[in-house]
Amino acid sequence: MADQARVGVVERTVPLTDANTRMIDLRKRPRIGESLIQIILFICGFISIFTTLGIVFVLGRESLLFFAHPEVSLVEFVTKTVWQPAIDEFGILPLVNATLMTSLIAMLVAVPLGLGAAIYLSEYASERARSILKPLLEILAGVPTVVYGYFALTFVTPLLRNAFGKDVVQIYNVASAGIVVGILIMPLIATLSEDALSSVPSALRQAAFGLGATKFETAVQVVVPAALSGVIAACIVAMSRAIGETMVVALAAGASPNFTFNPFLPAETMTGHIARISGGDLSYGSIDYDSIFAIGLVLFFITLILNILSRWIVNRFREVYD
Amino acid sequence: MTTTNPATMSAERFALETRNMHIYYSAFRAVKDVSFGVERNKITALIGPSGCGKSTVLRSFNRMNDLVPGARVEGDVLFRGQNLYAPDVDAVQVRRRIGMVFQKPNPFPKSIYDNIAFGPKINGWKGNKGEMDELVERSLRGASLWDDVKDKLQQSGLSLSGGQQQRLCIARALAVEPEIILMDEPCSALDPISTLRIEELMFELRQHYTIVIVTHNMQQAARASDYTAFFLMDADRAGQLVEYDHTEQIFQNPKDSRTEQYISGRFG
Amino acid sequence: MSTDTAPRSRGRLPEGDELHRNVVGRQRVGKIWQSVLLACTILGIIVLGLLLFNIINDAFGGVAVQSVVPEEEIFTNRDPASLSQAELIAILEEHLRSRILRNLEREQPLIERSNADLIELINAEIIKPEIVAVYPLNEYLFNRAAITASLAEEHPRAELSFKSWLSSDFLTSPMSSRPELAGVRTAVMGSLWLLLITVLFAFPLGIGAALYLEEYATDKLFDERSPVGRRLNAILHRGSSIIQTNIYNLSGVPSIIYGMLGLAIFVRALESFTSGSFLGATTDATANGRTIMAAGMTMALLVLPVVIISSQEAIRAVPNSLRQASYGLGATRWQTIWKVVLPNALPGILTGTILAISRAIGETAPLIVVGASTFIVTDPSGPFSKFTVLPIQIYNWTSRPQVEFRAIAAAAIIVLLIILLSMNALAIILRNYLRSKRVS
Repeated sequence: MADQARVGVVERTVPLTDANTRMIDLRKRPRIGESLIQIILFICGFISIFTTLGIVFVLGRESLLFFAHPEVSLVEFVTKTVWQPAIDEFGILPLVNATLMTSLIAMLVAVPLGLGAAIYLSEYASERARSILKPLLEILAGVPTVVYGYFALTFVTPLLRNAFGKDVVQIYNVASAGIVVGILIMPLIATLSEDALSSVPSALRQAAFGLGATKFETAVQVVVPAALSGVIAACIVAMSRAIGETMVVALAAGASPNFTFNPFLPAETMTGHIARISGGDLSYGSIDYDSIFAIGLVLFFITLILNILSRWIVNRFREVYD
Repeated sequence: MTTTNPATMSAERFALETRNMHIYYSAFRAVKDVSFGVERNKITALIGPSGCGKSTVLRSFNRMNDLVPGARVEGDVLFRGQNLYAPDVDAVQVRRRIGMVFQKPNPFPKSIYDNIAFGPKINGWKGNKGEMDELVERSLRGASLWDDVKDKLQQSGLSLSGGQQQRLCIARALAVEPEIILMDEPCSALDPISTLRIEELMFELRQHYTIVIVTHNMQQAARASDYTAFFLMDADRAGQLVEYDHTEQIFQNPKDSRTEQYISGRFG
Repeated sequence: MSTDTAPRSRGRLPEGDELHRNVVGRQRVGKIWQSVLLACTILGIIVLGLLLFNIINDAFGGVAVQSVVPEEEIFTNRDPASLSQAELIAILEEHLRSRILRNLEREQPLIERSNADLIELINAEIIKPEIVAVYPLNEYLFNRAAITASLAEEHPRAELSFKSWLSSDFLTSPMSSRPELAGVRTAVMGSLWLLLITVLFAFPLGIGAALYLEEYATDKLFDERSPVGRRLNAILHRGSSIIQTNIYNLSGVPSIIYGMLGLAIFVRALESFTSGSFLGATTDATANGRTIMAAGMTMALLVLPVVIISSQEAIRAVPNSLRQASYGLGATRWQTIWKVVLPNALPGILTGTILAISRAIGETAPLIVVGASTFIVTDPSGPFSKFTVLPIQIYNWTSRPQVEFRAIAAAAIIVLLIILLSMNALAIILRNYLRSKRVS
């Protein structure tokens, strides 16, 4: 039974004689290399802080220069509805309004579609269906935004103009840009929400099934509420993406800062304006140059607040399951 | 024995000795006032109910607790007359001398050969390929794994069975030629036959190494150890050493009533 | 205590037939919704299909070519190949103004030119074939009758032929203001250079930061026993968690903001570095900071948060038992990281990084701000060159009203998508290869 024969005899290359010498050196030796590496790695991590500080510093400094111009006043900046640098009118509202309109249209498209897809993928789809559908959605998320801009201008806009009439829908319009931004953020909502839905423990689903709920009732009344914080956070992240999206609006929404609520008219978003002005001939220190930094500052804070909000919601309202 | 320095004196007798050791996780005291000596070239078993701090004590012997954020050891752990927790002692040096085998087999996702060669290489091993081959073979023989794997040294360590993986981990520890091998419930993930082989292996290894093993299996402690230390949680949920003696003594004639209750299965 | 003894109306659950109807009804509602949910998912894929269809439809199709002067008239119905050199020169002298002729003579005397060159010259200078109409693929294939009818009316001499805007010429030609001659070589080279610089900065910085946050951030660097040490450790710990939060927030900052950061810092403040003038010899006279170097550094900052987060996930996925095994053998921290953690995390790190950086290839907005040139005909010669990239060309061509530009925009999109797809494929292949190598 006992397999002693197979146990080999252990030999040592270092004989135990140094046990008799007793004092072996366990003392620390300075490992300069190790400390150096740690410092270098810390600097790598700290670069992200520099990035943030850099953004705040750059945007803040140029914005201050902008408001120092005699033509500009902070009150008019936030209240006026005309943005016409040529005649020294700097009211940001038309740009903010266009940004909010495109983002709102985008959310109207993306939230139902993305959430629907998330519920389908997490609750209904077979392993096989998931393995096909998810990568396809990820491809959709990986398409460069400039391609979406092309799609908006050459496909969605003609579609809208044919549907509603060419005199109603302008060539450049907010609706087309908004719809395509919606398509662009839909995979984001779908994948983030699906993660949240999938992490709801199956015990909860089984409890609902055990009470006689149908699959749909379980999904909508048990799983989605349990994952609500994740779903809402996903929508907020998507909203922030939509607000910061540039190429689709730069190509499809038009290049005139209109203050309008008609989605079929052209209007220029904050990002679109920054792209157009900085793409042209821009001399450093001119009022145009400074103005885009003021717009950038507003944009930065809007998206930052949305991102912080979404993380706060996730952390604050996360249901903790064992 | 009248004028010898006490530290030197105990170092002669014990492979490892703790004096008034307390272990903290942040503010929580996990282990309280443990003092005992581990005999050279013997197998010492640490037993006790789960949560009694026996694994924590074991890990303090080669400063693996350093890797736990907030963990802190007070008191002395003497190895060859030096306190392992003295400020100038290097944990890496300690671990090189005091090896460890973990609860679950954890071979690296490398070949069997590279698993063994890893330790010597990082510790600055000097020698040619033939010498390394020899070292690998010697370590594998030491863990009585050589005959099982000699034809497939280039296969992944993960391709072995659970018991073989654990012996591979032991062989890996042997390859850096430690003086003490700490084993943290090395058989808890293994089947009875693999367990038996590990126990036989421990008896073999005892000739050259000092072994400290944590086990939750009292039969194993009774079967496979020379000395047994029994730990128990006190009212503050801090682990304490209740009794430490020859294994037969602990199991046949315990001095403390709590030890007797535990080994006769009344709690734990 | 209530004294009401009247039988209160109590709710009840459906039984028998009623129960059956209830369940069937609910199941039916469930089925309907299931189809709706499936439709949501499928719709995304349909859009993907439409997008690709739309691009292919524009990148291929028919063109109607008409010459300014009919070919037959010039060659008086003779085969150009059969004409002698003298006859070809006569044709040129007959149809071209003397000033243009003088210019041509100055470049190379006509007498010294070969017949093929002369015929080409006649084609380019006299016959001048022009694209008068462009038709997308679907119209060209399925609406031929209507096309020929309208062509016959508007451009009677025009010839309709199939044209693939995506061609080897398109890939190898530099920029041109004429869409039929324009190509993407400059832009593809620019994209590759940009990618190189981005990777050089983002990869080491990203992995370094991820290693710090995963392997070192929980360190107690100072002595816990002294209050000062505890305080300092707490500050360090707080610093690490601020870095982590900050990285998450940075990953949500719009890309155009990074462009503005790049414009102010890399293009302007660090102009002497990014323009390459610190090297002494600058590549062109009007050197400024709007170079590949500035753009690459901007892009590196843009992808850094994603690279860090995905590397962190890969590092976290390395089982702790492997680290402990390594420490247990007396390995130092860096030995453990270098020999155990990194090799095991590498497949994940590479996949994540390649995906993150492939996003940078498709980015446009920050490059507009940083100042990629939209019209540039010379290939970039190094990191301090001016440059253009594929997405910028696509943006530029898409915003032109002429349909020819739309067509080459579509062709450029196909090139861009192929580059992106091959990078994704590379990521997957690399991951599978590294995994199979490690565990076999």
